[in-house]
Amino acid sequence: MSHTIDVAYVAELARLELSPDEKRTFQQQLETIVRYVEKIGELDLTGIEPTLHGQSLVNVFREDVVVPSLDRERFLANAPERNGSEFKLPKIVEDA
Amino acid sequence: MSKYLITIGLETHVQLKTNTKMFCGCGIAVLDREPNTNVCPVCLGYPGALPVMNREAVKLTVMSGLMLGCEINHVSTFDRKNYFYPDMSKDYQITQQAKPLCQGGGVTIQTPAGPKRVRINHIHLEEDAAKINHYARFSGVDFNRCGTPLMEIVSEPDLSSPDEAMAYLLALKQILVYAGVSDCNLEEGNLRCDVNISVRPEGQAQLGTRAEIKNMNTFKGIYAALEYEIARQLATVARGGVIVQETRRWEPDLGETQSMRSKENAHDYRYLPEPDLVPVALAPEQVAAWRAALPEMPAARRERMMAEYGIPEYDAGVLADARENADFFEAAARLCGQGKTVSNWFMTEIMRLLSETGKTITECPLTPAALAELVVLVDTRVINGPTAKELLPELFREGGMPDALVRARGLGQVSDTSALEGFVEQALAANAKSVEDFRAGKKAAAGFLVGQVMKLSKGKADPQLVGKLVAEKLAGLA
Amino acid sequence: MDVSTLTICEAASGLRAKAFSSVELTGAVLDAIEKRDAELNAYLSVDAEGALRQAAGADAARAAGADGDLLGVPVAIKDLINVEGQPCTCASKQLLGYVSPYDATVSAKLRRAGAIFAGRTNMDEFAMGSSTEASAFKVTRNPHDLSRVPGGSSGGSAAAVAGGEAIAALGTDTGGSIRQPASFCGCVGLKPSYGRVSRYGVTAYASSLDQVGPMTRTVEDAAVLLQQLAGCDARDGTTLDLPVPDYRAALRGGLKGLKIGLPKEYYIDGADREVMACVRRAVDACAAAGAEIVEVSLPHTEYAIAVYYIVATAEASANLARFDGVRYGHRAANPRSVFELYAKSRAEGLGTEVKRRIILGTYVLSSGYYEAYYGRAQKVRTLVRKDYAEAFKTCDVLMTPVAPTAAYRIGEACDDPLKMYLGDIFTVPANLAGICGISVPCGATAAGLPVGLQLLGPAFGEGTILRAAYAYEQEVRA
Repeated sequence: MSHTIDVAYVAELARLELSPDEKRTFQQQLETIVRYVEKIGELDLTGIEPTLHGQSLVNVFREDVVVPSLDRERFLANAPERNGSEFKLPKIVEDA
Repeated sequence: MSKYLITIGLETHVQLKTNTKMFCGCGIAVLDREPNTNVCPVCLGYPGALPVMNREAVKLTVMSGLMLGCEINHVSTFDRKNYFYPDMSKDYQITQQAKPLCQGGGVTIQTPAGPKRVRINHIHLEEDAAKINHYARFSGVDFNRCGTPLMEIVSEPDLSSPDEAMAYLLALKQILVYAGVSDCNLEEGNLRCDVNISVRPEGQAQLGTRAEIKNMNTFKGIYAALEYEIARQLATVARGGVIVQETRRWEPDLGETQSMRSKENAHDYRYLPEPDLVPVALAPEQVAAWRAALPEMPAARRERMMAEYGIPEYDAGVLADARENADFFEAAARLCGQGKTVSNWFMTEIMRLLSETGKTITECPLTPAALAELVVLVDTRVINGPTAKELLPELFREGGMPDALVRARGLGQVSDTSALEGFVEQALAANAKSVEDFRAGKKAAAGFLVGQVMKLSKGKADPQLVGKLVAEKLAGLA
Repeated sequence: MDVSTLTICEAASGLRAKAFSSVELTGAVLDAIEKRDAELNAYLSVDAEGALRQAAGADAARAAGADGDLLGVPVAIKDLINVEGQPCTCASKQLLGYVSPYDATVSAKLRRAGAIFAGRTNMDEFAMGSSTEASAFKVTRNPHDLSRVPGGSSGGSAAAVAGGEAIAALGTDTGGSIRQPASFCGCVGLKPSYGRVSRYGVTAYASSLDQVGPMTRTVEDAAVLLQQLAGCDARDGTTLDLPVPDYRAALRGGLKGLKIGLPKEYYIDGADREVMACVRRAVDACAAAGAEIVEVSLPHTEYAIAVYYIVATAEASANLARFDGVRYGHRAANPRSVFELYAKSRAEGLGTEVKRRIILGTYVLSSGYYEAYYGRAQKVRTLVRKDYAEAFKTCDVLMTPVAPTAAYRIGEACDDPLKMYLGDIFTVPANLAGICGISVPCGATAAGLPVGLQLLGPAFGEGTILRAAYAYEQEVRA
């Protein structure tokens, strides 16, 4: 496994603008951590099923019955910026 | 120039007919609903909110899979597809990547070269995005649609022309509407398509580089976009250019597709098994029960209706094409026991009225019971055919039952021999020339005389009885 | 009498006996906060007015005949649990100004039980940390030594309970965040089995590991508070529909006949000698009180930290994507594009430890690395679970240290994240395995720093660990 993390690429994926200092620090720290977690590579995992949930459970459903929505003002009050009853954004010129 | 093969694959997003969203109890918003009225902490991606799966959405997807001949996976799981975009409140979409609900299956379409099987790769369930409205200097997000259940049907790249793509979509739409899983209303955005297109020289086994055109919601648009994109790719190849794998957007006003210049890493979706949603494990008995409840498919219904009601293949085919027409026909036919007559009415008068008004049969007040009663009234000679024909448009527009109208307006036909004999006398006396003609061997003159009697009765006379009386009278004179 | 230092059970008796009212009790707690919190920094916000209003309501309800163990008892809430109308900052600048539009299920349950929401406790930002130093707002101090950390991430809750500023508190535990601060501060902290308590409305750090639990002054209080929290929730599809036993009744079983397992991997060099001495003394005392001690092995313990930091950060990278400045929370000024809106808002709003974990989690899920990290980690997690399942075949509870050290000095572990992560070694495996655990005070170091004893039980074995912890607390330690 590679120990070089392209921190700039990963930070872009995670939408985190990092300062050059942060980039350097994270680079070094993350490589240390990643080197540590790679110890799981030692194990033979043939035939082992992954655990994807906190408890094994299947078929949890909700019935298709309408529950009244909450008053939108409660949500819009939390909006950093709003346009009437919409959440306002800078103009979107292209699809990211 | 060598010949090129065209390869098309479709990803069809279908809005399921549920009362509530995929993962919360918010109702499904209609298009003109005020922004952000159908929202809650779950569909707004609030801190701490958790998704809980809509049982009906799973059922409708499995039913679609069964209708399309898919295999239903015994265990199906949900994944988070991570991407930042303001139309996805959590900045990840809950979808199914590793184990979708349905796999395989297909649709048979008619092509000039005969029937063709279009294979389906899989069907998965996911949630719809919010709507972003664009203004001059900013944009605004409305989350009413966010979290609406969407079923995505992914075809294999088995289609080779825009016509085939249309045939596939129409077949799909017919099946889904038939099964009641979606309204497939294109204006409402119930059915949206991403298409993948590539071209390659004949003889080359490997598919060419594909372009994807995203998010189209009219059949006309899809057809035009496919035509444009095929021409663009062929022209590019013809001048020695290279097709770039990319996502493009259909611009209906310009009539062309445009590159979306997406960021290089836009497709690093970092799929993650959704820890908040446990797997769906469908018991075989459950799947069997849903299978048993599936509606009859159009082709099977056509065959059965031919046999059951003795109607011609053409009529049966037309009626079976739309489930609501077939349902209406069968309901009326069963009520009056005269399938053939009902079919005749439907195929002529009702079809004409439907096309004149642009409505579907379920949208107008005419009921199967009213049509059945009309047929019975004619059959039992309470009214005659012309009267029935006059009544139908009124029933179609206003509703109501024909018997009541007939009584209220005294439209019942006159079958009383003594009453009719007077009209016959009158007609013969007033048309001596015709009587002469008949005697001279012009048998057609009798028909004219019958018409005169009908006229005198203001159309209410029983035509058969009038014919008999006129014939008797003429014979007596002879 | 300073009623603010009472236990839940004592407070309930006093309220029932009309020795004091809820308004008086709540007032005393608010006074204690007023007096001590400038030093301890346990609270991020205190709603004195709201709390007194609630208390008056509780008194009125009691006067009208209502009763309950929590009726009129103030409970401090970790600041990542939504309480309608209150802030929920998650100790992050990202959520400054956010007002919860809804109650978490645990909040709603406490509300129904008549508990008073006195204030919101400090924590490591988004529960990411083990010392509460990663709070964006303040550093909470350990009531036993103000130069030391209270542990984390539920450090504010632990300090409030141990420092006389709360009767009881709610914490959350993803890798030890209830048990370790309880150990550092000398109070009781219980992490329920995964699926025992609803996570709805609890801001997610790692969805498959998070649980809410009680932090209290006594084991009995932990049982009383858990009783109110536990149970299946239709809004959290990962809660199990299992009956909730009477936890208070479960307390009275004693140690006789109980098999206590000592996992040999937890009794190794490397942990602090004084801490280990306290734990061993506790084990010996339990043996003397009639418990049977057996040695067990959990062979995959050494991989648990690696697995935890892959799984937790991967889930966190998706869970924290929603803090994007679109619908709520901090938004950077004048972003030129949506990309910049995200990247700058998150850069300004989120702290260093959170960024570090998001980047690690994003990395392990990114294209090409999933299988090597996340895929493998989830398989090793299966092995960790199996270790525990095996161990619980030969014993009823496991007895271990909570943390390798007692509370360390503020600033001491900040520079080396890996070193801090390794401090979670004794608590993290229980979260990976979905089992339950409790930390109960078992003495102090020579410097007077509390040491916790951890009792682990099988999934949904809360009754058993409460019984053992209660017996230890009441009969053995006393």
